[in-house]
Amino acid sequence: MQMQMISTAALDVHGPKVVFTIPGIDWKITETVVVGWILIAVFWILCIFLTRNLKKKPETKRQIIAEMLVKSVNNMVRQNMGERYMKYAPYIAMLISYAAVGSLVSLLGLRSITADVNTTITWGVLTFILMIYEKIRKNGFLGYLKGYTQPVAVITPINIISEVATPVSMAFRLFGNIAGGMVITGILYYALASLSSILHLSFAIGPFAINVFQVGIPAVLSVYFDLFTGCIQAYIFATLTMVNVAQD
Amino acid sequence: MNPETIVYACSAIGAGAAMIAGIGPAIGIGNAAGKAVNACTRFPERTGDCLRTMFIGSAVSESTGIYSLVVALLLMFANPFIGQL
Repeated sequence: MQMQMISTAALDVHGPKVVFTIPGIDWKITETVVVGWILIAVFWILCIFLTRNLKKKPETKRQIIAEMLVKSVNNMVRQNMGERYMKYAPYIAMLISYAAVGSLVSLLGLRSITADVNTTITWGVLTFILMIYEKIRKNGFLGYLKGYTQPVAVITPINIISEVATPVSMAFRLFGNIAGGMVITGILYYALASLSSILHLSFAIGPFAINVFQVGIPAVLSVYFDLFTGCIQAYIFATLTMVNVAQD
Repeated sequence: MNPETIVYACSAIGAGAAMIAGIGPAIGIGNAAGKAVNACTRFPERTGDCLRTMFIGSAVSESTGIYSLVVALLLMFANPFIGQL
Protein backbone atom coordinates (compact mmCIF):
# COMPACT_ATOMS: atom_id res chain seq x y z
CA MET A 1 0.00 0.00 0.00
CA GLN A 2 2.76 2.37 0.94
CA MET A 3 4.48 1.73 -2.38
CA GLN A 4 1.37 2.49 -4.38
CA MET A 5 0.87 5.75 -2.58
CA ILE A 6 4.28 7.20 -3.44
CA SER A 7 4.55 5.95 -7.01
CA THR A 8 3.81 8.80 -9.38
CA ALA A 9 4.41 8.12 -13.05
CA ALA A 10 6.10 4.91 -14.14
CA LEU A 11 9.82 5.19 -14.84
CA ASP A 12 10.03 5.44 -18.59
CA VAL A 13 13.20 4.34 -20.36
CA HIS A 14 12.85 3.76 -24.06
CA GLY A 15 14.79 3.73 -27.28
CA PRO A 16 14.69 6.64 -29.71
CA LYS A 17 11.14 7.49 -30.73
CA VAL A 18 10.05 7.01 -34.31
CA VAL A 19 9.37 10.50 -35.64
CA PHE A 20 7.85 9.50 -38.96
CA THR A 21 7.80 6.57 -41.36
CA ILE A 22 8.67 6.91 -45.02
CA PRO A 23 5.58 5.55 -46.77
CA GLY A 24 5.97 2.78 -49.34
CA ILE A 25 9.33 1.38 -48.24
CA ASP A 26 8.39 1.52 -44.56
CA TRP A 27 11.61 3.01 -43.23
CA LYS A 28 11.32 4.25 -39.70
CA ILE A 29 13.05 7.59 -39.20
CA THR A 30 13.93 7.86 -35.52
CA GLU A 31 14.80 10.80 -33.29
CA THR A 32 18.48 9.90 -33.65
CA VAL A 33 18.42 10.35 -37.41
CA VAL A 34 16.55 13.65 -37.20
CA VAL A 35 18.93 15.05 -34.60
CA GLY A 36 21.78 13.78 -36.77
CA TRP A 37 20.42 15.74 -39.72
CA ILE A 38 20.16 18.86 -37.56
CA LEU A 39 23.78 18.41 -36.47
CA ILE A 40 24.92 17.93 -40.06
CA ALA A 41 23.19 21.17 -41.02
CA VAL A 42 24.70 23.00 -38.03
CA PHE A 43 28.22 21.79 -38.81
CA TRP A 44 27.79 22.59 -42.49
CA ILE A 45 26.69 26.14 -41.77
CA LEU A 46 29.46 26.51 -39.18
CA CYS A 47 32.11 25.32 -41.65
CA ILE A 48 30.90 27.72 -44.34
CA PHE A 49 30.71 30.57 -41.83
CA LEU A 50 34.19 29.95 -40.40
CA THR A 51 35.98 29.53 -43.71
CA ARG A 52 34.45 32.43 -45.63
CA ASN A 53 37.04 34.69 -47.32
CA LEU A 54 40.16 33.54 -45.54
CA LYS A 55 43.24 35.76 -45.61
CA LYS A 56 46.85 34.65 -45.58
CA LYS A 57 47.35 36.73 -42.46
CA PRO A 58 44.38 36.18 -40.15
CA GLU A 59 42.48 39.39 -39.56
CA THR A 60 39.14 38.28 -38.17
CA LYS A 61 38.35 36.36 -35.00
CA ARG A 62 36.50 33.85 -37.15
CA GLN A 63 39.63 32.80 -38.97
CA ILE A 64 41.68 32.57 -35.78
CA ILE A 65 39.09 30.26 -34.23
CA ALA A 66 38.97 28.11 -37.37
CA GLU A 67 42.76 27.87 -37.49
CA MET A 68 42.89 26.97 -33.80
CA LEU A 69 40.39 24.12 -34.25
CA VAL A 70 42.12 22.70 -37.30
CA LYS A 71 45.54 23.03 -35.70
CA SER A 72 44.52 21.24 -32.51
CA VAL A 73 43.11 18.28 -34.43
CA ASN A 74 46.18 18.20 -36.67
CA ASN A 75 48.45 18.19 -33.63
CA MET A 76 46.48 15.35 -32.06
CA VAL A 77 46.67 13.24 -35.22
CA ARG A 78 50.37 14.00 -35.64
CA GLN A 79 51.16 12.95 -32.06
CA ASN A 80 49.08 9.79 -32.05
CA MET A 81 49.42 8.54 -35.62
CA GLY A 82 52.51 10.16 -37.08
CA GLU A 83 53.11 12.31 -40.14
CA ARG A 84 52.25 9.51 -42.60
CA TYR A 85 48.61 9.37 -41.54
CA MET A 86 47.77 13.06 -41.80
CA LYS A 87 45.11 12.23 -44.40
CA TYR A 88 42.98 10.86 -41.57
CA ALA A 89 42.80 14.24 -39.80
CA PRO A 90 39.41 15.25 -41.34
CA TYR A 91 37.88 11.90 -40.37
CA ILE A 92 39.14 12.25 -36.79
CA ALA A 93 37.86 15.83 -36.67
CA MET A 94 34.46 14.59 -37.81
CA LEU A 95 34.42 11.83 -35.19
CA ILE A 96 35.43 13.99 -32.27
CA SER A 97 33.16 16.94 -33.08
CA TYR A 98 30.18 14.79 -33.97
CA ALA A 99 30.56 12.55 -30.93
CA ALA A 100 31.08 15.44 -28.52
CA VAL A 101 28.27 17.63 -29.85
CA GLY A 102 26.05 14.58 -30.36
CA SER A 103 26.38 13.77 -26.67
CA LEU A 104 26.11 17.36 -25.45
CA VAL A 105 22.92 17.88 -27.44
CA SER A 106 21.08 16.30 -24.51
CA LEU A 107 21.64 19.58 -22.65
CA LEU A 108 19.20 21.18 -25.09
CA GLY A 109 16.54 18.60 -24.30
CA LEU A 110 17.07 16.60 -27.47
CA ARG A 111 18.08 12.96 -27.36
CA SER A 112 21.82 12.38 -27.71
CA ILE A 113 22.60 10.60 -30.94
CA THR A 114 25.28 8.53 -29.18
CA ALA A 115 22.68 7.05 -26.82
CA ASP A 116 21.54 4.94 -29.78
CA VAL A 117 23.58 1.82 -30.45
CA ASN A 118 23.10 2.16 -34.23
CA THR A 119 25.17 5.36 -34.32
CA THR A 120 28.08 3.99 -32.35
CA ILE A 121 28.09 0.64 -34.17
CA THR A 122 28.27 2.55 -37.46
CA TRP A 123 31.32 4.48 -36.29
CA GLY A 124 32.87 1.26 -34.98
CA VAL A 125 32.38 -0.44 -38.34
CA LEU A 126 33.91 2.56 -40.14
CA THR A 127 36.96 2.31 -37.89
CA PHE A 128 37.09 -1.45 -38.47
CA ILE A 129 37.12 -0.96 -42.25
CA LEU A 130 39.90 1.63 -41.95
CA MET A 131 41.90 -0.74 -39.72
CA ILE A 132 41.67 -3.59 -42.23
CA TYR A 133 42.42 -1.24 -45.13
CA GLU A 134 45.57 0.04 -43.43
CA LYS A 135 46.74 -3.50 -42.59
CA ILE A 136 46.17 -4.75 -46.15
CA ARG A 137 47.89 -1.68 -47.57
CA LYS A 138 50.93 -2.27 -45.37
CA ASN A 139 51.32 -6.06 -45.60
CA GLY A 140 49.42 -7.06 -48.74
CA PHE A 141 46.39 -9.30 -48.67
CA LEU A 142 48.31 -12.53 -47.98
CA GLY A 143 50.38 -10.84 -45.32
CA TYR A 144 47.18 -9.61 -43.71
CA LEU A 145 45.76 -13.14 -43.61
CA LYS A 146 49.07 -14.44 -42.33
CA GLY A 147 48.90 -11.94 -39.49
CA TYR A 148 46.06 -13.92 -37.99
CA THR A 149 48.29 -16.99 -37.52
CA GLN A 150 50.91 -15.07 -35.53
CA PRO A 151 52.65 -16.09 -33.30
CA VAL A 152 51.42 -19.71 -33.69
CA ALA A 153 48.69 -21.06 -35.96
CA VAL A 154 46.69 -22.56 -33.09
CA ILE A 155 45.46 -19.20 -31.78
CA THR A 156 43.88 -18.08 -35.08
CA PRO A 157 40.30 -18.15 -33.69
CA ILE A 158 41.37 -16.04 -30.74
CA ASN A 159 43.00 -13.55 -33.09
CA ILE A 160 39.83 -13.32 -35.17
CA ILE A 161 37.71 -12.80 -32.05
CA SER A 162 40.00 -10.07 -30.74
CA GLU A 163 39.95 -8.38 -34.15
CA VAL A 164 36.14 -8.28 -34.20
CA ALA A 165 35.98 -7.33 -30.52
CA THR A 166 37.77 -4.02 -31.11
CA PRO A 167 34.96 -2.16 -32.95
CA VAL A 168 32.31 -3.82 -30.79
CA SER A 169 33.98 -2.73 -27.58
CA MET A 170 34.53 0.80 -28.91
CA ALA A 171 30.88 1.07 -29.92
CA PHE A 172 29.56 -0.30 -26.65
CA ARG A 173 31.89 1.88 -24.59
CA LEU A 174 30.51 5.08 -26.10
CA PHE A 175 26.92 3.81 -26.10
CA GLY A 176 27.12 2.40 -22.57
CA ASN A 177 28.55 5.57 -21.08
CA ILE A 178 26.04 7.95 -22.64
CA ALA A 179 23.00 5.69 -22.30
CA GLY A 180 23.99 4.74 -18.76
CA GLY A 181 24.24 8.42 -17.84
CA MET A 182 20.83 9.02 -19.40
CA VAL A 183 19.24 6.14 -17.45
CA ILE A 184 20.87 7.16 -14.17
CA THR A 185 19.65 10.74 -14.60
CA GLY A 186 16.15 9.40 -15.34
CA ILE A 187 16.20 7.18 -12.25
CA LEU A 188 17.39 10.11 -10.13
CA TYR A 189 14.54 12.30 -11.38
CA TYR A 190 12.09 9.53 -10.57
CA ALA A 191 13.55 9.00 -7.09
CA LEU A 192 13.51 12.73 -6.33
CA ALA A 193 9.88 12.97 -7.42
CA SER A 194 8.97 10.11 -5.06
CA LEU A 195 10.97 11.69 -2.23
CA SER A 196 9.24 15.04 -2.72
CA SER A 197 5.80 13.46 -2.73
CA ILE A 198 6.54 11.53 0.49
CA LEU A 199 7.51 14.75 2.24
CA HIS A 200 4.50 16.58 0.73
CA LEU A 201 6.78 18.93 -1.17
CA SER A 202 5.34 18.42 -4.63
CA PHE A 203 2.80 20.86 -5.93
CA ALA A 204 0.69 20.82 -9.04
CA ILE A 205 0.31 24.12 -10.84
CA GLY A 206 -2.04 23.53 -13.70
CA PRO A 207 -0.66 20.69 -15.83
CA PHE A 208 2.87 21.07 -14.41
CA ALA A 209 3.98 19.12 -11.35
CA ILE A 210 6.67 20.88 -9.35
CA ASN A 211 8.76 18.65 -7.11
CA VAL A 212 10.96 20.69 -4.82
CA PHE A 213 13.87 18.23 -4.77
CA GLN A 214 14.01 18.12 -8.57
CA VAL A 215 15.21 21.71 -8.63
CA GLY A 216 18.98 22.00 -8.78
CA ILE A 217 20.07 18.62 -7.46
CA PRO A 218 20.11 16.80 -10.85
CA ALA A 219 22.27 19.58 -12.30
CA VAL A 220 25.22 18.41 -10.20
CA LEU A 221 24.99 14.91 -11.66
CA SER A 222 24.37 16.34 -15.10
CA VAL A 223 27.76 18.08 -15.01
CA TYR A 224 29.42 14.69 -14.69
CA PHE A 225 27.15 12.52 -16.84
CA ASP A 226 26.49 14.94 -19.66
CA LEU A 227 29.42 17.35 -19.84
CA PHE A 228 32.37 15.33 -18.54
CA THR A 229 31.41 11.90 -19.86
CA GLY A 230 30.31 13.24 -23.23
CA CYS A 231 33.55 15.12 -23.87
CA ILE A 232 35.87 12.44 -22.43
CA GLN A 233 34.20 9.61 -24.34
CA ALA A 234 34.34 11.52 -27.62
CA TYR A 235 38.05 12.14 -27.04
CA ILE A 236 38.62 8.49 -26.13
CA PHE A 237 36.70 7.23 -29.16
CA ALA A 238 38.82 9.40 -31.45
CA THR A 239 42.06 8.42 -29.68
CA LEU A 240 41.28 4.70 -29.87
CA THR A 241 40.40 5.07 -33.55
CA MET A 242 43.76 6.71 -34.17
CA VAL A 243 45.69 4.14 -32.15
CA ASN A 244 43.92 1.20 -33.80
CA VAL A 245 44.22 2.49 -37.35
CA ALA A 246 47.86 3.45 -37.03
CA GLN A 247 49.05 0.30 -35.28
CA ASP A 248 51.76 -1.62 -37.08
CA MET B 1 2.91 -17.47 -9.17
CA ASN B 2 2.62 -15.62 -12.44
CA PRO B 3 5.55 -16.66 -14.70
CA GLU B 4 6.07 -13.05 -15.76
CA THR B 5 6.60 -12.06 -12.15
CA ILE B 6 9.29 -14.69 -11.74
CA VAL B 7 11.04 -13.53 -14.91
CA TYR B 8 10.95 -9.88 -13.84
CA ALA B 9 12.17 -10.67 -10.34
CA CYS B 10 15.03 -12.84 -11.56
CA SER B 11 15.95 -10.21 -14.17
CA ALA B 12 16.17 -7.55 -11.47
CA ILE B 13 18.40 -9.79 -9.37
CA GLY B 14 20.49 -10.56 -12.46
CA ALA B 15 20.85 -6.88 -13.31
CA GLY B 16 22.07 -6.17 -9.79
CA ALA B 17 24.46 -9.10 -9.92
CA ALA B 18 25.81 -7.97 -13.29
CA MET B 19 26.80 -4.61 -11.84
CA ILE B 20 29.09 -6.35 -9.31
CA ALA B 21 31.49 -6.46 -12.27
CA GLY B 22 32.00 -2.75 -11.67
CA ILE B 23 34.45 -3.61 -8.89
CA GLY B 24 37.12 -4.76 -11.32
CA PRO B 25 37.36 -1.66 -13.54
CA ALA B 26 37.10 0.58 -10.48
CA ILE B 27 40.17 -0.99 -8.90
CA GLY B 28 42.01 -1.06 -12.21
CA ILE B 29 41.30 2.54 -13.19
CA GLY B 30 42.06 3.73 -9.66
CA ASN B 31 45.42 2.01 -9.87
CA ALA B 32 46.10 3.55 -13.26
CA ALA B 33 45.18 7.04 -12.06
CA GLY B 34 47.37 6.67 -8.99
CA LYS B 35 50.33 5.60 -11.08
CA ALA B 36 49.67 8.47 -13.49
CA VAL B 37 49.77 10.98 -10.62
CA ASN B 38 53.01 9.41 -9.52
CA ALA B 39 54.49 9.76 -13.00
CA CYS B 40 53.21 13.33 -13.36
CA THR B 41 54.86 14.46 -10.15
CA ARG B 42 58.10 12.76 -11.10
CA PHE B 43 58.23 14.12 -14.64
CA PRO B 44 56.10 17.28 -14.65
CA GLU B 45 57.25 18.21 -18.16
CA ARG B 46 55.70 15.02 -19.62
CA THR B 47 52.29 15.49 -17.98
CA GLY B 48 50.41 15.59 -21.31
CA ASP B 49 51.83 12.27 -22.46
CA CYS B 50 51.10 10.64 -19.11
CA LEU B 51 47.51 11.79 -19.08
CA ARG B 52 46.88 10.72 -22.66
CA THR B 53 48.24 7.24 -22.03
CA MET B 54 46.24 7.02 -18.81
CA PHE B 55 43.02 7.98 -20.58
CA ILE B 56 43.53 5.34 -23.26
CA GLY B 57 44.40 2.72 -20.66
CA SER B 58 41.46 3.52 -18.44
CA ALA B 59 39.14 3.56 -21.44
CA VAL B 60 40.28 0.10 -22.45
CA SER B 61 40.02 -1.33 -18.94
CA GLU B 62 36.68 0.37 -18.46
CA SER B 63 35.07 -1.69 -21.21
CA THR B 64 34.44 -4.73 -19.00
CA GLY B 65 32.44 -2.55 -16.64
CA ILE B 66 30.55 -1.09 -19.59
CA TYR B 67 29.67 -4.58 -20.84
CA SER B 68 28.13 -5.38 -17.47
CA LEU B 69 26.27 -2.06 -17.54
CA VAL B 70 24.88 -2.87 -21.00
CA VAL B 71 23.78 -6.32 -19.79
CA ALA B 72 22.10 -4.78 -16.75
CA LEU B 73 20.32 -2.18 -18.91
CA LEU B 74 19.13 -4.92 -21.28
CA LEU B 75 17.77 -6.98 -18.38
CA MET B 76 15.95 -4.04 -16.87
CA PHE B 77 14.55 -2.13 -19.84
CA ALA B 78 14.67 -4.42 -22.88
CA ASN B 79 14.11 -7.81 -21.30
CA PRO B 80 14.69 -10.55 -23.88
CA PHE B 81 13.13 -13.34 -21.77
CA ILE B 82 9.62 -11.92 -21.49
CA GLY B 83 9.02 -12.52 -25.19
CA GLN B 84 9.88 -16.20 -24.84
CA LEU B 85 7.13 -16.99 -22.34
